[in-house]
Amino acid sequence: MSSQIPAAAAPGPGAGKTVLVLGATSAIANAYARQRAAAGARLVLVGRQQARLDAIAADLRARGAGDVATVATDLADMADAEPRFAGMIARLGTPDEVLLAYGVLGEQAAAQDSAEETRRLIDVNFTSAALWLQLAAKALTEPQLMADGRSRTLVVIGSVAGDRGRQSNYVYGAAKAGLDAFAEGLAHRLHGTNVKVVTVKPGFVDTPMTAHLDRSGPLWAKPEAIAGAIDRAVAKGQRIVYAPWFWRPIMTAVRFAPRPLFYKTKL
Amino acid sequence: MTDPFGTATTSWGRVSHARSRVAEPAHLDELAHAFRAGDVHALAHGMGRSYGDVCLNGGGHLLRTARLDRIIAADWSTGVVRAEAGLTVGGLLSVCVPRGWFVPVTPGTKFVTLGGAVANDVHGKNHHGMGTVGCHVRALGLMRGDGETLEIGPGSRPHLFAATVGGLGLTGLIAWVEIQLQPVSSSDFEAQTLRLPDLDGFFRTAEDSHDWPYTVAWVDCLAAGRRLGRGLFNRGRHASGGPLVPHGEKARLKVPRDAPSALLGPLTVRLFNAAYSRQPAGGAAARVPYGKFLYPLDGITDWNKLYGGRGFFQHQSVVPMAAAPRALQKLLELTSAEGQGSFLVVLKLFGPRASPGILSFPREGATFALDLPNRGPGTLRLLDRMAEVVLAAGGRLYPAKDATMTAEQFRAGFPRWREVESYRDPAISSDFWRRVTGDTA
Repeated sequence: MSSQIPAAAAPGPGAGKTVLVLGATSAIANAYARQRAAAGARLVLVGRQQARLDAIAADLRARGAGDVATVATDLADMADAEPRFAGMIARLGTPDEVLLAYGVLGEQAAAQDSAEETRRLIDVNFTSAALWLQLAAKALTEPQLMADGRSRTLVVIGSVAGDRGRQSNYVYGAAKAGLDAFAEGLAHRLHGTNVKVVTVKPGFVDTPMTAHLDRSGPLWAKPEAIAGAIDRAVAKGQRIVYAPWFWRPIMTAVRFAPRPLFYKTKL
Repeated sequence: MTDPFGTATTSWGRVSHARSRVAEPAHLDELAHAFRAGDVHALAHGMGRSYGDVCLNGGGHLLRTARLDRIIAADWSTGVVRAEAGLTVGGLLSVCVPRGWFVPVTPGTKFVTLGGAVANDVHGKNHHGMGTVGCHVRALGLMRGDGETLEIGPGSRPHLFAATVGGLGLTGLIAWVEIQLQPVSSSDFEAQTLRLPDLDGFFRTAEDSHDWPYTVAWVDCLAAGRRLGRGLFNRGRHASGGPLVPHGEKARLKVPRDAPSALLGPLTVRLFNAAYSRQPAGGAAARVPYGKFLYPLDGITDWNKLYGGRGFFQHQSVVPMAAAPRALQKLLELTSAEGQGSFLVVLKLFGPRASPGILSFPREGATFALDLPNRGPGTLRLLDRMAEVVLAAGGRLYPAKDATMTAEQFRAGFPRWREVESYRDPAISSDFWRRVTGDTA
């Protein structure tokens, strides 16, 4: 049985786009890639395990993706980043969108007891991510691309955890806060160009990353809902998006809660 | 944090509960790993839409398949799709409908996984023409406790395939399903509703509806005497020509919490009466989206909570055609006298197309389905009396809907159950299987 060119690929916001997905096995990235595939996009999937990338690629092809390439590499590994990144974008050409979606939640308790674990959480979630973003920004701002007037987007998956350091996950939160500042600086730098930077801050998402938590409350969202929020943010060129939207007022309250009150909570 | 050895799980009827160690593999290699890692018996669990305990495994390992929802290969020129077992019927429809393909068979909800559909060999309103979903399965990937993944099908290890279709997930983990879709030229249905004055009217109309691929009747189970079997007959077919639009993803309503169950009876009575009296005797065919025709309840998230915190049972049975008029009348008399039902009985005639499954529930005859709010011992007595009527007529109860049948009732309805037991993977078991086979594993 062979995978065929689909009979129908509805034109949509992803039609004809080329998307580089860094961390393609993440649940949010997978949901986003499916939405893009349904609109006929071409995708480059980057992740650690070839067999899993192959399975995701086959799924995206069946759902209408124009072309799918895979690159098996550990994004947390920062050695030889420049040639590796060049290899990724050589697969299907310079992307219209780069989605930086990988990350590791880790265990706060383990990080508190271990310098090694603290470093790992910061390296995966911030240091390596910043480096790929820098390379992506460089690729998207090549002079001939800047002149073609075509809109391009760097999408960064942040987290509400980055909005204020909290005792329950400040290592992960600090890494995401760093990423937030990095993306903001990048957006500042690219202001007025055809490259936009979108930071998406999901709250609680029902993914394998959170499978050990009780997910029955009303604050939990599905990866498909986050993917929809990313799509809308890209279409509108929004700088920072909370997903779902209600996290914006919640995090505003968390950010501005007075310390005497805040420190009494278990947040 | 949840206790890794005791996550409480329930099923759609919310009367069966079990504590199990739960895993949610997101990739097939993780499924294999989780299966091997278990030192206790395992069971695959899809959307939890079966009503009783076929999807539960107390004290064991529950492997949720919902994240295994990838299409492995799709040939849109022939309509053959191979997908991981956790892909839902709804998830498949949203991809295949725009390309002019439809699932060959669907139950009354699209929130079931393909693996669950095969394990329960589900049927739908088109059983009289298309049989069960198992009739359209070309191949299955079956992950066995000994570490092998077998590719089985009607022509490849046919006995193991026959034990697996409708085999309640016991012969191994269904890792993927390859299915033949049916072509459609529209996502709409032509649908028609007819009034049924009585039970005879149901049989007559069903006989007259052979050229309608989809049929089902809703019958008032409180009406007695001359009006026994009063109801509405729905029939439909795929419209020809028109849009190819998948269902919307958003539910229209959500039941936020348990409703007082006393509300439900009078409410459905009023709704039905309104629908019945509004319905012209011979309604004209209307064009409706498939979601409206096939999945009327999917628009109400968590409708099972309408039955209140004690949950509900469903009786679904099938009896051979020759015994059907008498048996259905007896069942309706029982429920009418008790006044316990949720008011609406679903009736349908099953056709002669045989499923490959050994434990498959449908057979040629008439099927009868009724929800019963859990009101304690009285409800259990009624369920038992209904089961006895069915068995006396040579029929059987549907394991996917059942929470109460005895081992004797199961063995009487499924005399070939030992064949499936002989193919059961020793690393797999379920609450249902232990209940009806008396195995305490």
